Amino acid sequence: MKRQTKDKLVFWLFLAPALFSFIIVVIIPFFMGIYYSMTDWQAVPGVAVNWVGLDNYRAMFSDIRFQYSLLRTFLFTLLSVISINVVALIFAFLVTREIKFRNFFRAGFFVPNLIGGLVLGYIWQFIFKSVVPQIGGTLGIEFIENLLILADPNLTLLGLITAYTWQYAGYIMMIYVAALLNVPQELLEASEIDGANSWQKFKSITMPMIAQAFTITSFLTLVTSFKQYDIIVALTNGGPTGIFRGEVVNSTELLAVHIYNVAFKYNNMAEGQARAVIFFLLLSVVSIAQVYNNKKKEIEM
Amino acid sequence: MLTKKRLSKILLALITVILFLIVLFPFFIVIINSAKSSLEIITNPIALPERWGQLIDNIVNIWTNPSINYASSVYASTIITVLSLFFISVFSAMAAWVLVRTKTRLSNFIFLIFISGLVIPFQVVMFPLVSLFRMIGANLNIQLLRSYQGMIFAYIGFGAPLAVFMFHGFIKSIPFELEEAALIDGCSKPRIFFSIIMPILKPIFVTICILNAIWIWNDFLLPSLILGIGQPLQTIPLAISAFAGSFVKRWDLIMTAALMAAAPIIIGFLFGQKHIIKGMVSGSIK
Repeated sequence: MKRQTKDKLVFWLFLAPALFSFIIVVIIPFFMGIYYSMTDWQAVPGVAVNWVGLDNYRAMFSDIRFQYSLLRTFLFTLLSVISINVVALIFAFLVTREIKFRNFFRAGFFVPNLIGGLVLGYIWQFIFKSVVPQIGGTLGIEFIENLLILADPNLTLLGLITAYTWQYAGYIMMIYVAALLNVPQELLEASEIDGANSWQKFKSITMPMIAQAFTITSFLTLVTSFKQYDIIVALTNGGPTGIFRGEVVNSTELLAVHIYNVAFKYNNMAEGQARAVIFFLLLSVVSIAQVYNNKKKEIEM
Repeated sequence: MLTKKRLSKILLALITVILFLIVLFPFFIVIINSAKSSLEIITNPIALPERWGQLIDNIVNIWTNPSINYASSVYASTIITVLSLFFISVFSAMAAWVLVRTKTRLSNFIFLIFISGLVIPFQVVMFPLVSLFRMIGANLNIQLLRSYQGMIFAYIGFGAPLAVFMFHGFIKSIPFELEEAALIDGCSKPRIFFSIIMPILKPIFVTICILNAIWIWNDFLLPSLILGIGQPLQTIPLAISAFAGSFVKRWDLIMTAALMAAAPIIIGFLFGQKHIIKGMVSGSIK
């Protein structure tokens, strides 16, 4: 009996610091957030909070800026997932060939991942604003010289994707490298003897072997693209403005930025919180669907 | 046949080198423009600097700049990162260990609560978190906003789920016999953990510290809410953001600031390259 009490004490003492911090920092604010999203909460101490039901959610769905932000976020996420995975796969194939200094190249491709999104955003802002026109000028190509990437809504989105791919592809590459190094060489050699060409080898041996890696990378890129905030704030700060269904909208105000702006720039905490709850739900649905889909595909292969 | 194979090899190497140069191009741009004056950078941002000594001038300029306050920002970033890493990894290892070794419905449930933290995005908790911290400050007189303790406390809470999850998976593979023998010898439970289990967990500690170090050092949104931008206590990303906001056109200094912000973490990477890459990849796969 005495030992059992002691064990219980150890259990709670060891658990307490991590569990306590986690509950205070994540769990309680999570439930507070769901409650606040159905009130007129202003985050001002002393101001009473009134229940408004689903008003914030209704306001959100009829808000054109929100609809537009949602569409742009989906577009950005889709294009980023494709761009990052394609670039990462190319990198991974190259640095797993028999070339000299491949570890050096691997490290080089990986390094941008260490740069924080904020610093990275400023660097790319400079590149798009000053360096690209200068390159155009030096090469004498007028089109590039006059290219104002950060002034056009669609080009800006592509610029964001470029900067983001630069940061993230090296990391995803490493996961593909780990998977590619797991492809048994004997299998490739055996198939070569049987007369398989490069494409057949790739399709029938390498592809299925990296399917496992693809589950991880597609999930990671999807979720992190969807949540992107730092790079956008530093690179475009949501701009430039565009027109959507007759209203002025910020063309790169993707969801994470939109939530922040609704709360702080447009001073509506409760509506910002309601959008954050939808953000959470979308992320959960997308994540679950993605994992489910990939698990199914793996088995079929 | 042999020449064809060799040709394709050369071609592959060439493509690799070209892509490598493209990837490193932004770094090149940052370095050359950190060594330019504000006039020089406007005239030609892709030319090599006229005088590399300008780099020192710019560094001194950033170092002494009151809004960036480099020395104190690096100090704050270092304190926050190191202490957060220490507490995240030790507390999470302790929690994971008792959760694995206590097989009750309660411990399963608590583990599930931790796991749920992995799918809760920061955005959905950030506004209430600030509110809650403010309430705690007003009612319990514990200063969590604009303070080291609040910042580190928040990182422990956000870092715990992944760390507990990773430790949990690893501890499950440690045979219980190891602990049993020590128990029979009269070793107390906390001692078993600190002198037997902790040393075995070393590889996971390294992985968790690397993953979290890169996250915490570069993090912007959470510190901007907890510490605020333009306050005396600020981390490197906050300082850069405050600085770039007030000097929108001073690209020479912004580039130098970017260089100085990235330098510590890149130097760290060069020292522990192998561990870092391995740790980050295994972290993502688990």
